[in-house]
Amino acid sequence: MANPLRGEVVRLYKTLLFLGREYPKGADYFKDRLRAAFAKNRDMKDPEKIKELISRGEFVVKELEALYYLRKYRALKKRYYDIDE
Amino acid sequence: MSARVLVGVKRVIDYAVKIRVKPDHTGVVTDGVKHSMNPFCEIAVEEAVKLKEKKLFKEVVAVSCGPQQAQETIRTALAMGADRGIHVEVSGKDYEALGPLQVSKILAALAKKEEANLIILGKQAIDDDCNQTGQMTAALLDWPQGTFASEVTMDGEKLKVVREIDGGLETIKIKMPAVLTADLRLNTPRYATLPNIMKAKKKKITTVKPGDLGVDVSSRLEVLNVEEPPQRQAGVKVETVDDLVGKLREAGKI
Repeated sequence: MANPLRGEVVRLYKTLLFLGREYPKGADYFKDRLRAAFAKNRDMKDPEKIKELISRGEFVVKELEALYYLRKYRALKKRYYDIDE
Repeated sequence: MSARVLVGVKRVIDYAVKIRVKPDHTGVVTDGVKHSMNPFCEIAVEEAVKLKEKKLFKEVVAVSCGPQQAQETIRTALAMGADRGIHVEVSGKDYEALGPLQVSKILAALAKKEEANLIILGKQAIDDDCNQTGQMTAALLDWPQGTFASEVTMDGEKLKVVREIDGGLETIKIKMPAVLTADLRLNTPRYATLPNIMKAKKKKITTVKPGDLGVDVSSRLEVLNVEEPPQRQAGVKVETVDDLVGKLREAGKI
């Protein structure tokens, strides 16, 4: 694996693992899919392709953060505010 | 701009957890249950950090009152951008009896000690729903308050606060030092990312006891009973309007 990118990939994996702990369908569900997704691309050698996959991973990070925020916001809005608001 | 912001954060049962009442009806089950920072406190921390990033304040200090685990909540605040933390250690029976009055006395004492210019709190905690701490703290300090804040801007030397009230929005201008309480739409709290959490480990958390601040945490309230809300009765479906009228008559409604 290209050496400088290896660090980035590992960091991405750790970040996703950390975020996955709060996944609504369960941390284990998320962890299985995360490992499968990374394992599928383990033999990738082309640095360009690796960068593309990393940015896809970072996109997922943003999606997860948005998911968690919206979930919380909607729950609180429902609990504390009139539904018409 | 030597200004310091004090942010109060509370460790509560996570918002997504299903609450269960203890069999002896003295409270809710907290052992082994996931806890996290009160969502309104997260919004308060975010606002404080934003104000610091706008260079309106120099330092953000996160404060939490509670047992050892309260430090985790302070660490989350540090990971979100607070500069240092103060843990006011209250545990056991004192912690169970800790309410807005005691916390506001502690915050008032800390505000004076740390020479804070601004205190930002969440509007209420999702576990006790008191919505009192901010107001009481302002009263004890004799500071103006901007509660239910959905927008905060600096207007010269004063703070312009847009408040969410029944029936709409109210805009007020208050002098500093002041107390603000954060409402849901004030901002979108940032996620405490792993690298920020690592960096936050180096930030300092000082521990103090309420006694050191000259605060008496005894409570004048006693919880008599805690119960679940009554189960909702299943609804009944009817086929026609006549059936509906018939059922209403039976129930004695008409």
